[in-house]
Amino acid sequence: MSHLISARLISVLLLASSLLIAPLAVAEEVIVYSARIEQLIKPMFDAFTHETGIKVKYTTDNEGALLARLQAEGKNTPADMLITVDAGNLWAAAQSGLLKPVRSELLENNIPPHLRDPDHEWFGLSVRARTIIYNTKKVNPSELSTYEDLADPKWHKRLCLRSSKKVYNQSLVAMMLAEHGAADTEKVVKGWVANLATPPLPDDTKALEYVAAGKCDVTVVNTYYFGRLMHKDPDLPLAVFWPNQQSTGVHVNVSGAGITRYGRNQKNAVKLLEFLSSSKAQNLFADLNMEYPANPAIKPDTFVAGWGTFKQNPLNLSKAGELQTTAVKLMDRVGYQ
Amino acid sequence: MSGALLQLDHVMQSYGAQTILDDLTFALEKGGIGCLLGASGCGKTTALRCIAGFESISTGKVILNGVCVSCAEFSMPPEKRRVGMVFQDYALFPHLNVAENISFGLYRLPRAERNQRVEELLHIVQLTAVVDRYPHELSGGQQQRVALARALAPKPELLLLDEPFSNLDVSLREQLGVEVRDIIKSQGATAILVTHDQAEAFAIADKIGVMHQGRIQQWDSAFNLYHRPNNRYVANFIGQGVFVPGIVIDSRHISIELGVVAGDIPPQCIPGNSVDVLLRPDDVVHDDTSATQAAVMHQSFRGADILYKLKLSSGTELLALVSSHHDHKAGEKIGIKLTTDQVVAFAPQ
Amino acid sequence: MTIWRFIPFAAALLVLAPVAVIFSAFFAPADEIWQHLIDTTLTTLLINTFWLACGVIAGTALLGISLAWLTSVYEFPGCGFFSWALLLPLAMPAYVIAFVALGLLDFTGPIQTWLRAWLDSEISWFPEIRSRPGVIVVLTFAFYPYVYLLARNAFLSQGKRSLEVAQSLGLTRRQGFFKVALPMARPWIAGGLMLVLMETLADFGTVAVFNYNTFTTAIYKTWFGMFSLSAASQLASVLIILVFAVIVLEQHFRMRMRYAESKKSQRAQRIPLQGADKWLAASFVVSVFFLAFLLPLIQLSIWAVNSLAADFDLTQYGEFLWHSLALSGSATVLITLTVITMVYAARRFPGIAMRHAVRTATIGYALPGTVLAIGVYTPMVWLDGKLSDWVLQWFQLETGQLIQGTLITMLIAYLIRFLAVGHYPIDGAMQRVTHHIDEAAMSLGTHGWGMIRKIHFPILKPGVFTAATLVFIDVMKEMPITLMTRPFGWDTLSVRIYSLTSEGQWERAALPAITLVAAGLIPILFFMRRTEE
Repeated sequence: MSHLISARLISVLLLASSLLIAPLAVAEEVIVYSARIEQLIKPMFDAFTHETGIKVKYTTDNEGALLARLQAEGKNTPADMLITVDAGNLWAAAQSGLLKPVRSELLENNIPPHLRDPDHEWFGLSVRARTIIYNTKKVNPSELSTYEDLADPKWHKRLCLRSSKKVYNQSLVAMMLAEHGAADTEKVVKGWVANLATPPLPDDTKALEYVAAGKCDVTVVNTYYFGRLMHKDPDLPLAVFWPNQQSTGVHVNVSGAGITRYGRNQKNAVKLLEFLSSSKAQNLFADLNMEYPANPAIKPDTFVAGWGTFKQNPLNLSKAGELQTTAVKLMDRVGYQ
Repeated sequence: MSGALLQLDHVMQSYGAQTILDDLTFALEKGGIGCLLGASGCGKTTALRCIAGFESISTGKVILNGVCVSCAEFSMPPEKRRVGMVFQDYALFPHLNVAENISFGLYRLPRAERNQRVEELLHIVQLTAVVDRYPHELSGGQQQRVALARALAPKPELLLLDEPFSNLDVSLREQLGVEVRDIIKSQGATAILVTHDQAEAFAIADKIGVMHQGRIQQWDSAFNLYHRPNNRYVANFIGQGVFVPGIVIDSRHISIELGVVAGDIPPQCIPGNSVDVLLRPDDVVHDDTSATQAAVMHQSFRGADILYKLKLSSGTELLALVSSHHDHKAGEKIGIKLTTDQVVAFAPQ
Repeated sequence: MTIWRFIPFAAALLVLAPVAVIFSAFFAPADEIWQHLIDTTLTTLLINTFWLACGVIAGTALLGISLAWLTSVYEFPGCGFFSWALLLPLAMPAYVIAFVALGLLDFTGPIQTWLRAWLDSEISWFPEIRSRPGVIVVLTFAFYPYVYLLARNAFLSQGKRSLEVAQSLGLTRRQGFFKVALPMARPWIAGGLMLVLMETLADFGTVAVFNYNTFTTAIYKTWFGMFSLSAASQLASVLIILVFAVIVLEQHFRMRMRYAESKKSQRAQRIPLQGADKWLAASFVVSVFFLAFLLPLIQLSIWAVNSLAADFDLTQYGEFLWHSLALSGSATVLITLTVITMVYAARRFPGIAMRHAVRTATIGYALPGTVLAIGVYTPMVWLDGKLSDWVLQWFQLETGQLIQGTLITMLIAYLIRFLAVGHYPIDGAMQRVTHHIDEAAMSLGTHGWGMIRKIHFPILKPGVFTAATLVFIDVMKEMPITLMTRPFGWDTLSVRIYSLTSEGQWERAALPAITLVAAGLIPILFFMRRTEE
C-alpha cells in the first residue's frame, strides 16, 4: 500500500514538474504544422484570431519533415492542421492516413474541384502557376506554344530549368504523365534535357536571372518568383507566356491545407480552414506571395493581374501526388538532374 | 686552444635588459666530456641551446671544429651543425618505435647501412629486446637510452645532453651516468652535459664549468673545482666544507687553529693579514693520539663513512669524514688532525 | 561512485536510438527503389560523393594544416590577429558561402557580367563555378577551420619542440615539419578531418545550391520525391556504416601509438620569418581570410543593408538572437561536460566495449540533418506517448505532450548530433595527459576532482575551449533539428534563415545570417583568444 502511495507521490511530482516545461492543451486554439513560411501565414492567422478569438499556434518546417513528424506522433500529435506548399505532399499525407475528411459546403463552394482532394481530405488555398518566362529580346512569343514544345530541337541550348529535386518540377512532370502517359512524357523530358543551355539551376530566381542575362532564352518557373524579380527590377527583359492555352492549360499547383486525423481541436481547425478559403483571407493568402487565389471569385493582386488571365489545367491535383514517384524516376532515367 | 673541438669566445646573450649569458668563454677538446653545472636559472640550458643553434647570441663567437657557427652576423642553422642533442624529457617520437626513433637521423644513409648502425647502437645501449616497442611502453631508463642512441646515431661532432637524468630516480642516475659516459667514450664522441647535480657531473665529465648568473665561475677538472676553487661561490657550491679563520705567515703558509698549513695566499694579502681557509671534510682525519680535541656536535652515517660536525674549544666548527667504524655519539670528544698539504684561502668578506 | 563510467554507454545508447530507427527500415521492402537507383543515378552519386569527400579532405588538410603551422610556429606581420581571425569562417554557414560564391562568380554574377560588358563578347574561358571543383573549393573554405583549430592545438604544444629535435638530428625545418611535426599531430589532424568528412557527407545545403548530386541529395530525393522514408533510411544506414568503418580504420592504424606529451607545454617563442618569406606568409593568410570570410561578409552586408529597412525589427531579432544564444550556450555546456566525462571514463576504464561505446557516440554527426532529426524525434514521441498514457491511466488527466516540444528535447537532440564535435578536440587533449602525470599528482595527495581541476584542466583547457567553440557555433547554425524539435514560437536565427532561403529569398536571409555570424564571434573571442594568452 505504502509502495503505491509513494509511486503516486513520485508521479505527482513528475507531473507537476513537467507541467512547468510542457505546453498544456488549452481549449480555444488551433495548432498548425506549416511548410508555408511564417511570413506568409501569420497575417491570416492574426485575422482569424481577431475575428473568432481562437488562438493559432504554429510551427514551420519543410514538408517532408512535417509529414514524418506527424507520422511519428501518430495519435499523440498536437497538430490540428497541416499546411503545405504543394499538392503532392498533401496527397502523401492523405495516403498515409494523417488527414481526416472534411465535409463543408462552404469549402466546396469556395475551392474549385480540381484544386481539392476528391476524398475531401485536403483543400488548395492559393494557386501557384508554373509557366513559361522568356527573354523579350531573344524570343518572339509566337515561337512559344506549350511545355511539350520546349522539347523541340529549335530550343536547343536555349532552355534553362530548375533542378528536378524541386517538387514543383516533379508535379509538372507528374501531371504530364497523367495526360500523356509514360512514353510520351519521357520523350518530352528527354527533349528538355537535350535543350538545356546550362545544367539545371538551384532555384527559380536563378533560372530567371539566367534568362535575363541571355545565357538562355526561356525557362519554366512559378509566377511569383517572376513577380518578385520584376518588382525589384522592372526593366529586366522578361515576360510571361501562358502555355497550353489551346490544350490542357497552364500547370498549377497549390499551397493547401488539411485537417489532421488525430488533432484535438478539430472544430476550430475546420473553422480556420473555412476562414482561409473565404474572401477575407483569400486575397491576403495569395497577395502576400504574389500567388493566385484558389477561390475563383476573388481577383488576384493588380500587379499579378497585369500578366493576363489564363486557362488552368483542370486535372485534379491529386494526380500530382499519385504520380510523383513515377515522375522522379522518369527524370532520373533521362538524366534530368 | 687551437686543438679544441668546441670553443666559446666571450659569448653574450640578453633578452631585453636581462642578461642571460655573460661573457661565456671555454673550450672543449675533441673526445672530451664537458659539463655545465649550476643551479636552475644560471643560464646553462641557454648556453646549450646557443651551441645547438636553437638560440642566437648577441655578441661573441661559438666555434665548432674551427668553423664559426654562431657569430654576430651569422648563425648556422642547427641541422647543419652536426650537433646531436638529448633533451631533458627525451622528446622521443611517440608515433615511432624504438628502432624507428634511433634510425630517424640516418635517413640519408642507404637502408643496409642504416640498419647496421641501428643494430650497433641497440647493442651499445642494450635495447635489443625492446626494439619494436613504442616510447610509452618503455621504462624511464630505457627511454633515456633510446634518446641517447638516437642522438648518437648520425655520429654528431658534438653531443649535447640537457639534464639527461633529471627524470630518473636517484638509484638509476648514478648507474646510468657511468653507462652513458662509457657509451660516449666508446663512440669517441665529444659531449657537453648540462646538470644541476654535481655527483652526475663528477661521474661523467672530464671538464666542468660551474655557472652562476650567466657566467662561468670556473672551468676545470672535478678535482680542482673541489680542492682548488677559484672563488667563494665555487667553494660553497661544490662539495661541503667550512671556512676557518687563519693568519698569513708568509707567501706560502697560513696559520690556523689546527696548525700551520701550506696554501695559496689570495693576492693583495700580506703576512699578518687574516684570511678564511677552506677545509673540506676529508682534510680533517680522526686521530686518537692527536692533542687537538673536538666535540662531536652531530653525526650523519653514510655507510662507508660518517660525516661529523665538530666544534673546537675555541668555538670554530669543522667537518670531518671518518671511517664508519669510529662511531662517536654527540657530546663525545675525539682527537683530530689535518691531512691536507695544500689549502685554499680567501680574503675575508 | 563510478556511475560516471557508464556515461559513454549512456551516450552511445542515446545515439543508437535514432540510428536504430534508421536501421529498422532496413527490412522494409524498398527493392524497387534500390533497383531504380542502381539502374539510373547510383553510380554517379557514388562517384560524386567520393570525389567530393576526397577533394574537401585534401583541401581542408592543405589549408588547415598550413595555416595552423604558420600561425603557431612563425612570426610574421599580423600573425597574432590572424591566429584567431582565421577561425571566423566557422561562423559562416557553408550554404551562405556557397550562395555568395555563386552570386559573385556565376554567369549572372557581377564579375562575369562586367567582363562580358567590358570585352563585349561571350566569355567561355571563365571557370564554371557550378561544378565539382566549385563545390570542393567552397566546402574547403567553409570547413577548413575544423582542421586548423585542431592542428593548431597540436602544433602549439609540440610544433617548435619537434622541430628542434629534428634539427638536432640533421633535418631541415621543412623535413622536420613533414617527418616529425606532422606525424605527431596526427590524432588532432585526423580528428579535424573526421569532422570535415562527416560534415561533407551530411551536407545538403551547399550541394543543393550547386545542384551537385551526392549520396545525401539522393537520400532526400528518395524521401521527399518518392515518399519513401524507408528507402531513404536504408541509404542513410549505408552512410552510417561507411563512416563507422572509417572511424574504426583510423583508430586501428594508430592503435599502439601514443601521442602523450608529458612536458608542460612551454610557450615557445615563435620563429621570426625574414624578408620575402614574411610577406609571402602574410599574404597567404590574408587571402584565405579574405576569400573565406571577408568577401562573403561584404556581400552579406550589402544584401543586409538592402533589406534592413523592410525586415529589421529589433524586438523580433532580439528574440531570435536570445533564442540562438540560449540554445547554443546550454547545448555547449551539456555537450562539453558529457564529452569530458566520456573521455575520462574511457581513460579510466579502457576496454573494447568502452572503445566501441565512444565510437558509437560520435556517429550522429555524419547523418544528414533531417534524417537524424526524424530519427531522434521518433523515439522521443514514442516515449512521450507512453508517458502521457501512463499519466492518463493514473490521474485520468489528458496531458498531451510532456517532453515533446520542450527545450530538453532539443538539447538531447543536439547532444546526439554534436557529440563528435566536442569529442575530437577533448580526446586529442586528453592524449596529452600521461598516466605519469596522474601518478605524480596522486603522489602529491591530489585525487579525483582536485586532480581534474589542478592537473588536468590546465592541460585539457585548449581542447575544451576548442570543443566549446565548435559546438556553440555548430548548434547555432543547425537547422533541421532546430526546426523539428523547437517549442512553438521558439524561432532562432537559423530558423529565420531557413524560412527566407526556402522561398529563395537569399538576399533577405543576409540579415539573420550576418546576425548569426556576429553571434558566432562571441565564443571565438571568448575562448580562442583566451587560449592564445
